[in-house]
Amino acid sequence: MSVADYFETMEYGPALEADGEARAWLKQHGAVFGHFIGGKFAAPHSGKHLTTSEPATGKALAKIAQGSSADVDAAVSAARIAQPLWAKLGGHGRARHLYALARMLQRHARLFAVLEAIDNGKPIRETRDLDVPLAARHFLYHAGWAQLQEREFADQVPIGVIGQIIPWNFPLLMLAWKIAPALAAGNTVVLKPAEYTSLTALLFAELAAEAGLSPGVLNVLTGDGATGALLVENQGVDKIAFTGSTEVGRLIRQSTAGTGKSLTLELGGKSPFIVFDDADIDGAVEGVVDAIWFNQGQVCCAGSRLLLQEGIAETFRRRLIRRMETLRVGPPLDKAIDMGAVVAPVQLERIKALVEIGVEEGAEKYQAPGAIPTEGCFYPPTLLWNVHPSSTVAIEEIFGPVAVAMTFRTPDEAVMLANNTRYGLAASVWSETIGLALDIAPKLLAGVVWINATNLFDASVGFGGYRESGFGREGGREGMYEYLKPKAWSGRKARAKALSPPAATSDSAGFGVPPIDRTAKLFVGGKQVRPDGNYSRAVLSPKGRHLGEAGEGNRKDIRNAVAAARSAEAWARATAHNRAQILYYLAENLSVRGDEFARRIAEMTGVSGAKSRAEVDASIERLFSYGAWADKFEGSVHAPPLRGVALAMHEPIGVVGVACPDEAPLLGLVSLVAPLIAMGNRVVAVPSEKHPLAATDFYQVLETSDVPAGVVNIVTGGRDDLVKVLAEHDDVDALWAFGSQEASAVAERLSIGNLKRTLVDHGLLLDWYDKSASEGPILLRHAVQVKNIWIPYGD
Amino acid sequence: MTQSVLIPNPSAVPVQLHARDTHPVSRNSGRALEMDWVDEIRINLSAAERRVASLPGRRTVKKDAQAAWLLKALTCIDLTTLNGDDTTERVKRLCAKAKTPVRADILEALGFAARRLHTGAICVYHRFVATAVEALDGSGIPVAAVSTGFPAGLIPHDLKLKEIEASVRDGAQEIDIVITREHALTGDWRALYAEVRDFRAACGNAHLKTILATGDLKTLRNVAKASMVCMMAGADFIKTSTGKEGVNATLPVTLAMLRMIRVYQERTGYQIGFKPAGGISTAKDVLNYQFLMKEELGRDWLEPDLFRIGASSLLADIERQLEHHVTGRYSAFNRHPVG
Repeated sequence: MSVADYFETMEYGPALEADGEARAWLKQHGAVFGHFIGGKFAAPHSGKHLTTSEPATGKALAKIAQGSSADVDAAVSAARIAQPLWAKLGGHGRARHLYALARMLQRHARLFAVLEAIDNGKPIRETRDLDVPLAARHFLYHAGWAQLQEREFADQVPIGVIGQIIPWNFPLLMLAWKIAPALAAGNTVVLKPAEYTSLTALLFAELAAEAGLSPGVLNVLTGDGATGALLVENQGVDKIAFTGSTEVGRLIRQSTAGTGKSLTLELGGKSPFIVFDDADIDGAVEGVVDAIWFNQGQVCCAGSRLLLQEGIAETFRRRLIRRMETLRVGPPLDKAIDMGAVVAPVQLERIKALVEIGVEEGAEKYQAPGAIPTEGCFYPPTLLWNVHPSSTVAIEEIFGPVAVAMTFRTPDEAVMLANNTRYGLAASVWSETIGLALDIAPKLLAGVVWINATNLFDASVGFGGYRESGFGREGGREGMYEYLKPKAWSGRKARAKALSPPAATSDSAGFGVPPIDRTAKLFVGGKQVRPDGNYSRAVLSPKGRHLGEAGEGNRKDIRNAVAAARSAEAWARATAHNRAQILYYLAENLSVRGDEFARRIAEMTGVSGAKSRAEVDASIERLFSYGAWADKFEGSVHAPPLRGVALAMHEPIGVVGVACPDEAPLLGLVSLVAPLIAMGNRVVAVPSEKHPLAATDFYQVLETSDVPAGVVNIVTGGRDDLVKVLAEHDDVDALWAFGSQEASAVAERLSIGNLKRTLVDHGLLLDWYDKSASEGPILLRHAVQVKNIWIPYGD
Repeated sequence: MTQSVLIPNPSAVPVQLHARDTHPVSRNSGRALEMDWVDEIRINLSAAERRVASLPGRRTVKKDAQAAWLLKALTCIDLTTLNGDDTTERVKRLCAKAKTPVRADILEALGFAARRLHTGAICVYHRFVATAVEALDGSGIPVAAVSTGFPAGLIPHDLKLKEIEASVRDGAQEIDIVITREHALTGDWRALYAEVRDFRAACGNAHLKTILATGDLKTLRNVAKASMVCMMAGADFIKTSTGKEGVNATLPVTLAMLRMIRVYQERTGYQIGFKPAGGISTAKDVLNYQFLMKEELGRDWLEPDLFRIGASSLLADIERQLEHHVTGRYSAFNRHPVG
């Protein structure tokens, strides 16, 4: 077209970013890459390579190594050798390295941006303006945590060698999210990028080494899912951090269960995008563009479920469809497009298939009318209207540029629909009424809530999900804890093997007046109840003396207890002041009956009177301690780079199963239950299997201390069996299993149904009297999940 | 106030702004004040800012397309002089520039030798309207007069009307009025409506551009509401600024006004013009405004009958960019005749 033609049509014309430098880098490597291990490229042991191609054209870009178990071993061992040296370097030394990495990214920003756009298919605008700057920010921010580590995380130590597996949707940014905190904290890393998009990770490793990063600190291992599985299973890895599909997340949870490996999972989502009738409609329409047509919709936190208040739904539909008319889809390097290519043909097919199902199930389909390239993996921006919560497309994560829309009538209904999903990654709320927006945000079960905004990210603001969107956080202080472990837990020893139970001895009172019979019951929903099966088991002293009978809880008792805990939701909304008072009151009432509890403990465990009294006193003090923490373990206010704030709120996890250890039958119970209820959780506790009577005595303390019904439920019985039921119960949000290696493994392995958060002791003995190991933030951090509410402001 | 009139006024006849217009625009007849249309307005500053911040990354023009867009921008410029030291000769010089905005050799190289390009209008104080009309005679370039006690707009209402009438008598085809900011700042939308209604009547066949002085109104809500009221009162254009406020045209303010234009069109069928003024001094700046016009309102709003740019130094930068496009060499201001 001539100038005159453009003058008439006022079209944009092509505006391609040059890709010479990126292509030259590929050429320099002969377009064949090995792994990056111990500071240099290493050919794969098997000699096998995979081809990575350009989504926009389908053309091959380069060959990358297919990692075998020998490669994984080599990478893990390089990381293992480097780790102590890297840790010993100290916070300031590591801060210098991380700062250098941030600067390195900034110096080579355009090369990274272009290579990422070519390899992934996403628009150069996004790689240039978002992926690369956010990645650099992540390193700079974490250089800061390294610098402050010895002061701010003095009670923590690095975990060791971290295996990290990242997805193809934000290859470089996910690399930054993963490795920056891990390295800052003193760990070393084996990173496996996604097979479709490994190139920027290889470029990063190469340039990081040039920037002086010590060999073995960062190792990049390429390959497909099989390589990832080998990394997960490798015994030299201390922790796995994974971002990807919920399906693979489950497999990783299962495979690491009981191994002692720590785990962070950042998984899928079906995030709601809620528009109230008092919203800036045009602003919200633009929000949809940023929510679902950002990165071709291949965003785990994409606002893919539009929930529109009925009164404005039609206006919204009209304006959104009008907005779609101006969206441009084109080659990733074109600087005048809104959307590029989908990552791979298989993903394109999945999107097409799901949209077809949506239409078959009755959705009206609207697609942006602009032309899309005929070659390569392109899919137009799509809206599915007239979708219902029961539609497949409203339930399944599409991971493509497809928004589905439905309506709601009231704020309550909006919350209900928003939370009507297995996922809980993010949510977006649009309203110009501050009271409404700030009321809705805490009610949404999601790790991130954006008010009048969407898809905002910053290194200082933690990111991560609720429910089946995974666990663990990336970014912020909370993100650092994912790569640290408590110093006080390092020296734990395995529990001694349980002695075989004593033989019961006869305990006839002869013809004297016997004590009045006391039947220990279960405590469910604030009531003492008989066990469903109506069986009891004898509780014996170490010498075999019959001390009483405890109810034999079964599946149905757990079911009832979980239901009672679920319906005690109001506890989560009780004021912290109120929860504190109740914890103090529990301590008060326990102290009134202190002698009786001490006697009971002494009888059951055979410890001396002084020791049993010490356990009661420690329990009383622990309750006091959590009364104190209840209104002090608070969230924080972040100041990300925007005009506004992000509120990091500590929210309870929900219904938590707790299996208590046999040692310290009262103090163990109190130490685990108190932090949970202090933070607003409801608990189903399985007390010490051997010494359950301190717990059943304790329900009378609960009854007299104004603890609302259902907040604490006690089910006695066989620990491992009950842990299994709790682990398999999909309405239990978290499970703490203390007391045995078996229970720990079962808890982790069977938690995959709803991906509950687990905290287990792997059979290692915790000193319940050591406050640094068993009291305070060390457990409180596991009793909450952090929700970050982004509140941009201005008028 | 009466309800109704959601469809275009059937009595509205297409009026051509000036002779060479290619797509005639039905002139806004105005309508009864609908307070619901004002009260319902919600606009979120942060969301608006994000939209305009990401747009330059989403849209760009290069090479021939860029030259064409800049030539188009040039045809939308209201070449303006609004200074206390303006004189007859100064105005004549500006008019000469409006008629010949780009060096002939550059136009030829761009393939525009045969076309007569000129700026959208000349914009002056009432005192120089007659001078400009005479200087531009036969060129087809309209003269716009700033009016109603520009820039503060605080002279008596009857004098404002007289000023408009005088400029129209002298041959001004466009009247750029300033609103009484107090009406907007105190939320007295009825008063604003009544005032602009009167201005419109005084304009007769001359087109009415309402300057909101957005830098004084501060919030996007005020800007959006004032936009809507002015359009209901019969504005042909809504304009951001006098150029004399602390803050002049900005992209977020533009976005707020364009969205109101879109809503007004949805409801009444009328296309209302938009004029950002003040602070748009580089080719790069003006392209971003053009992108926003095209994206938010569509192709029609890139032509001078619906888009004007109030600017004095922008033209010089466009000339330099065009020369660079033609020669591949960076240009200098002194290589282009001044206005």
